[in-house]
Amino acid sequence: MKEFAYQRALDVSGALALLDADPDARFLGGGTNLVDLMKTGVERPTRLVDVRELPLDRIEVPADGGLRIGATVTNSDLAAHPEVRRRYPALTQAVLAGASGQLRNMATVGGNLLQRTRCGYFADVTKPCNKRVPGSGCPAVEGEHHNHAILGASAHCVATHPSDMGVALAAFDAVVSYETSDGPGELPLAEFYLPVGDTPHRETALPPGALITGVTLPPAPVAAHSRYRKVRERASYAFAIGSIAAALDVRDGVVQDVRLAFGAVASRPWRARTAERALAGAPADAETFAAAADAELAAAKPLPHNGYKVTLMRNLVVAVLTELAEETAR
Amino acid sequence: MAPVPSSTYSAITLNINGEKHTLSVDHRTTLLDALRERLDLTGTKKGCDQGQCGACTVLLDGRRAVSCLQLAVAAEGREITTIEGVAEGERLHPVQQAFLDLDGYQCGYCTPGQICSAIAVIEEHAAGWPSAATDDVRPEAGPPPLTPEEIRERMSGNLCRCGAYVSIVQAVARAAGAEVETAKAEEAAA
Repeated sequence: MKEFAYQRALDVSGALALLDADPDARFLGGGTNLVDLMKTGVERPTRLVDVRELPLDRIEVPADGGLRIGATVTNSDLAAHPEVRRRYPALTQAVLAGASGQLRNMATVGGNLLQRTRCGYFADVTKPCNKRVPGSGCPAVEGEHHNHAILGASAHCVATHPSDMGVALAAFDAVVSYETSDGPGELPLAEFYLPVGDTPHRETALPPGALITGVTLPPAPVAAHSRYRKVRERASYAFAIGSIAAALDVRDGVVQDVRLAFGAVASRPWRARTAERALAGAPADAETFAAAADAELAAAKPLPHNGYKVTLMRNLVVAVLTELAEETAR
Repeated sequence: MAPVPSSTYSAITLNINGEKHTLSVDHRTTLLDALRERLDLTGTKKGCDQGQCGACTVLLDGRRAVSCLQLAVAAEGREITTIEGVAEGERLHPVQQAFLDLDGYQCGYCTPGQICSAIAVIEEHAAGWPSAATDDVRPEAGPPPLTPEEIRERMSGNLCRCGAYVSIVQAVARAAGAEVETAKAEEAAA
């Protein structure tokens, strides 16, 4: 690991000033991803500005509904919060599906959004990687890619975003708030992650030096009837090979409202808007669910070893929406 | 603006098992290495050193965390409890006693991490936290019974290469006073 300076920030303006003073500085939250990447030399900051003790650790319920989640709220506190469990149960399920109890106690909401891909070539500094060293190439396209992207990737990078939490946030129209030394800003999650294109090293639309301060979820009655399901290669404590966050409101057998997002299939949590449009006002049955999944997955461009994800995601859509529809009917 | 300090080491005070320890650390030092190499608290074990095995689990402000991904300098000001600090004098912690009574280990290398993790699991469950094994996470559903499936999911961040999981689950259930639920669930599964 490269040597680095360390400061603990006590307020947001102090944190921004410390980061601005050093172009190779990084904010440190829980450190569960950053410290790991520093050990392997993928990240080589000259300075860490510790933001874990900033007063951004609250979850608030605004009068109009919705939720405001501070950036330093830990994954554990987010998942355990009664209002999250009551009104956005898929968000609690998504967070609990990720990592281990120890890591969820350390990891923060802001850090979760900014975590890096678990692509093996990105993690190995002896290999080329366009995300780590722009222009060096992407060995995954021809190499080991059984858990890489089927949607929205490019010839320059086929890595996936590893977050479970982000998939539920995408389904529920989360908005990310941030501060810079020039003032605050907001980004809907749909615009937070940049398209891969030929710049996979540029991952988010955050301005340089920005500090995420929180995430807002707008009110969404449909979210109270939601579910997160994750498929992985062992029963617990593994990254997804495919996951889904879904919310469904059915009346008289017809879809009134639906939210759908996929995980482990793209460089970002993938909001399935094409499928949502196909479902709106349609009969809530397995045939419609399958047709909606097919409409979304028509854009899929699987590689030789990850074509199974197309079938997996189709089956996940049908299974989870069918469960949600049957629960409504009861 | 005042110049930003650029030193790569700091003098810090760590509060470990109720005792204060002052030391100078290179910022690269993890809490795990500070405990083992600097403070001679070798009960906390180094397994993978990348947050995947749980052997280095300690309690930070009462919550379990992996000390291999925790920088020592960032742990200043927090209440750190290691396996050396869980007993009360000569009286073992109930989780330690249950692991002893039920052989919740084989070689013992992962055991300090398993015990620290289990202590926290029992507290998290008592606080009503759901897990990925919980069917209904809504608060109205109430806390899930601490079945073997719940214990296995909640303890999944602690690997045991000897494979002593069967007795580890029984030890956690006994320490939590959940043996009845465990026996019932095992009977139903059989």
